[in-house]
Amino acid sequence: MKGDTIASALHANGVTTLSHSIRYHRPRGFFCGIGKCSSCFMTVDNVPNVRTCITPLYENIRVIEQDKGGKLPDKKFNDKNRKKIIADIVIVGSGPAGLMAGIASAKQGVKSILLVDENHLIGGQLVKQSHKFFGSEEEKAGTRGIDLANELMDQVNSFKNIKYMLETTIIGCYNGEKNHKLIAVKRQRDGDLLFEINCKCVIFSCGAMENMLAFPGNDLPGVYGAGGVQTLMNVYGVKPGNKVLMVGAGNVGLIVSYQLLQAGVNVDRVVEILPKIGGYNVHAAKLRRCGVPIYTSHSIKEVYGKDKVEGAIVEEVDSSFKPIQGTQRNVPCDTVCIAVGLTPSIRLLEQIGAKTEFIAEAGGHVAIHDKSMQTTVKGVFVAGDSSGIEEASTAMIEGQLAGVSAAAFLGFDKQAEKLKKKYIKSLEGFRSGPFGLKPKICKDKIACCWDGGINY
Amino acid sequence: MEVLTIKKYEKTGILSINDITLPSNEYLNKGVAIIECVQEIPCNPCVEICPVNAISMKNINALPMIDYEKCTGCKRCVGICPGLAIFVIKVKDDKGFITLPYEFLPIPEVGDIVTALDREGEPRGKAKIVKVNRKNKTSVITIEVDKDLIMEIRNIKSD
Repeated sequence: MKGDTIASALHANGVTTLSHSIRYHRPRGFFCGIGKCSSCFMTVDNVPNVRTCITPLYENIRVIEQDKGGKLPDKKFNDKNRKKIIADIVIVGSGPAGLMAGIASAKQGVKSILLVDENHLIGGQLVKQSHKFFGSEEEKAGTRGIDLANELMDQVNSFKNIKYMLETTIIGCYNGEKNHKLIAVKRQRDGDLLFEINCKCVIFSCGAMENMLAFPGNDLPGVYGAGGVQTLMNVYGVKPGNKVLMVGAGNVGLIVSYQLLQAGVNVDRVVEILPKIGGYNVHAAKLRRCGVPIYTSHSIKEVYGKDKVEGAIVEEVDSSFKPIQGTQRNVPCDTVCIAVGLTPSIRLLEQIGAKTEFIAEAGGHVAIHDKSMQTTVKGVFVAGDSSGIEEASTAMIEGQLAGVSAAAFLGFDKQAEKLKKKYIKSLEGFRSGPFGLKPKICKDKIACCWDGGINY
Repeated sequence: MEVLTIKKYEKTGILSINDITLPSNEYLNKGVAIIECVQEIPCNPCVEICPVNAISMKNINALPMIDYEKCTGCKRCVGICPGLAIFVIKVKDDKGFITLPYEFLPIPEVGDIVTALDREGEPRGKAKIVKVNRKNKTSVITIEVDKDLIMEIRNIKSD
């Protein structure tokens, strides 16, 4: 169907096995659903390693299972010459942070801003969020993510100084004396195009990817990232299965469970290894009043099934997370959703030479940045989940902060200092409550590292 | 050393009546909003939308405080709350009226008889749909239930 990706169309037609593992020939399905992992690789029109979860479907497409690495056909690139683009600011990733960074820098009067995104849709993960946002009026609280994506897209389109390239992947980035050079591949039906983008500033707002858990059977088709399932059902209208076990009671696990119910999918239970629910009580409460039980101090032991998920074994754990004998329960289900946190996407930041540190509260390695979101590489900024896992609302503020800072770096300054102070204050506000403690510690540690301190 | 205590609702997800500020009977006869939001989360659309400034917050993370004297039971907060945590409760004669947010299909029609569910999703008898306001995909639905169940029923299920 129009608007479908290869993976969503296959799933809608009951094809959940997309490849087999090379050594043991185990069936593999998709996992993240947003082009971040390699779980959905297939060979498409003779091109191997195509991420089918973000590749739109087209007529007469030839998709085959890929059980070993393939060879890139010669005609993959229809023009071997690079095309050159010059821009003032390049923004990598068009999620809430990237879009707001673009809008903020455009308002400052920056002449040419280029937004680049791997997906065929603009808006990052906003497009799958059918729930209303928290926060305050300024961050569009009460608005659904999908409506917000459309609203921000309209705003971006209204600025003549913002251009965007979709289905475009940055494959390399280099830090020069005065300019930064990014190499991009734009995927096209009639052959990909290679671009060399020269710019003065880069804002990386590349988001994050879902974490996997280690347990027997975790590679069976039917074990998916909760966010991947949210994409499948909310963006492409495809039911992931009929009966789901949700692993993780953070906000993602709770929200996706509720949205599964809205899609008419049975959620058997939510298990959470911690002794308490990590997400907001309001999300847990709306799930509970629909009759879905939440088991804290419970974890997944294994998933079983032939070629696809047929069920899972869950068990209770003690205060040191050790399984308690005799508490194992069988949960028949066809889908297991993993909602156990996210890891910031920072590979491009590492490549361009930005200093990174492992910060547990950030969700992994993140680029060290100053209060204006500038990294240790001059003219290179970061915003959103790439700078530490947080919420869409704070990603939007960080995006604006990075956008205004990048504009000021280039000499475009319309009350930049005043705006930056406002954004910093509003971020501090968000991070002052109990649920903002983790991002607050994360940002404090980043600030400490920036000042030459040691990461503790 | 700080002793970590876990509240019951943090384990179960279910609030007990003691976790919520309840209005007196006098206010229930008028019809007022019950805010079942007990954690300090950064969110304030209920404050912004209230036309009579009955809901206030010290800062974006603070708990919403409601002034039952000012609240008119207008139900606007029910539809805007991103956490679907606000209900308007009214008692008239022997009947209890609960206005709740509802985001499932099919949306019930006025006059329909549905199953009333409590905070645990357990069926607690029948409820009659008396008003349906479809707006912004969160329908705001008023049901009529037994007066004694107004603090227990929080959801409905189409039969």
